[in-house]
Amino acid sequence: MLKVLKSGFFISIQDLGRFGYRDIGVPISGAMDSDSVKKANLLLENDPNDAVLEITMTGPTLEFHDPTYICLTGAHLSATLNNHPLENYEVVKVEKGDILSYGRLTDGFRSYLAIKGGFLTEKIMGSRSQFIPVTATKRLKDGDEVPYKAFDSYNPMISEVKIEEHYHHDELMVHKGPEFDLLTDAQLNQIFDSSFSVSKENNRMAYQMAELIEGHSHSMLTSGTLPGSVQLTPAGRLIVLMKDGQTTGGYPRVLQLSEASICTLAQKKSGDKLTFKLL
Amino acid sequence: MKSYPISIKPFGERAVLMEWPNEVKETILEDILIFMDAFKALKIKGWEMSVAYNSVTMVYNQDHLDFEETKTLLLECYSNRFNTESKRVRHLWTLPVCYDPEFGMDIASVADSLHLSVEELIAQHTSHQYVVYGIGFLPGFMYLGGLPQSLEIPRRAEPRLQVAKGSVGLAGKQTGIYPQDSPGGWNIIGNCPVSLFNPSAKQPCFVKVGDKIQFEKISKAEYKLHIIEAEVGIYQPEKTVLNA
Repeated sequence: MLKVLKSGFFISIQDLGRFGYRDIGVPISGAMDSDSVKKANLLLENDPNDAVLEITMTGPTLEFHDPTYICLTGAHLSATLNNHPLENYEVVKVEKGDILSYGRLTDGFRSYLAIKGGFLTEKIMGSRSQFIPVTATKRLKDGDEVPYKAFDSYNPMISEVKIEEHYHHDELMVHKGPEFDLLTDAQLNQIFDSSFSVSKENNRMAYQMAELIEGHSHSMLTSGTLPGSVQLTPAGRLIVLMKDGQTTGGYPRVLQLSEASICTLAQKKSGDKLTFKLL
Repeated sequence: MKSYPISIKPFGERAVLMEWPNEVKETILEDILIFMDAFKALKIKGWEMSVAYNSVTMVYNQDHLDFEETKTLLLECYSNRFNTESKRVRHLWTLPVCYDPEFGMDIASVADSLHLSVEELIAQHTSHQYVVYGIGFLPGFMYLGGLPQSLEIPRRAEPRLQVAKGSVGLAGKQTGIYPQDSPGGWNIIGNCPVSLFNPSAKQPCFVKVGDKIQFEKISKAEYKLHIIEAEVGIYQPEKTVLNA
């Protein structure tokens, strides 16, 4: 059992997502930066879909009630285990009673705590990802307890690696979206020849860009949307749908982020600069 | 039966968008559903399909797609769509709605704007069958078509921060039910005690695209009874089978 002593800004259990229910309006959910989760699970020799803790912006204080092995990836939040600093991509043994706490955010926006065997909360509709109204809550709170299986000993094949974080750049690679052809030359120039900053409106559902481009007056029938779909509102706002984003929408889908760029964007915070590059 | 010109566009690495002519029409929806039945009958693992009005978003969860190959597969399936015998059953669901102003806080002002009495508004709202053209926006939210012109009213100028689960609303050419508490700008005329999304049920949403919905006026007492029946799990919404 992992006990949440202090929850920080926003922490939730996530796996790679809830598939097969898009047709009844249920978003995929799952880790915003799935690349970081896959790397952590790989190092722990877990299933790629094993559930992790997604930690946004500020870290929690956590107490382990059973021995196990953990691995941190994603954002750097000055994590310490019983006051000893931890690095990303390191398989670390934890003992009963150990305290994992976090400090200052130095890099990225979302950090992941993966655990040997994954967190074992209840699977609902095929996934452990927290999302209301599928799960009763969308985040963990102070005092919550999260089950996991105890591991006394295990010899990791790779105990640590040093790799450049995949989100260390500010270029989002995009495909043409279904309504790309509605973009005027002026709008194309604005999108591809200028840089944007992430607005304060950014969360697991969507990331809005702060700068407006020229607006439009196209109206279209509601149609499917995906994580990474970039919608253009009549006012000229670019909205990138993320993992908890709605499954249908009525704004033109002018671009579609590559899957890798969804992971990059998930590590950006309000004010960070970005550019779009067409694949 | 007639064939429509279908446009297929790439939509990221794992999806394509199939579009039928840009119209809200039952015949187009039916053609889309026939195509989807034929595609399901191919039993290729990993595909998800979500339909809305005149389009289907086809997502392949297993791998990245080769667009040209996928397009050929889908067009071939479309031209052979009548070779598959469909086992799909369409239902007409009768959903109870309590139009009491306690739930339908906008009903008096809406009736006023539409130059109807509250009774006339309820009579019109309950006398039509609405086609489910898609489910999206929120889990279990149905896009319903077929609202009579006499009930078309613009969205509220200011959206509400909180609209209660089950609220039945009117906005433009649409009527619908909020499946959960949510912010929203529709004019609220009543509340439906039937849950449209139950994550613990085998089928979390009992309605399918292509089904029809008819509303039935109930009293406050019946409303409370249905809520209790639903809580103990004995309430079943009334359904009849429609011939496709």
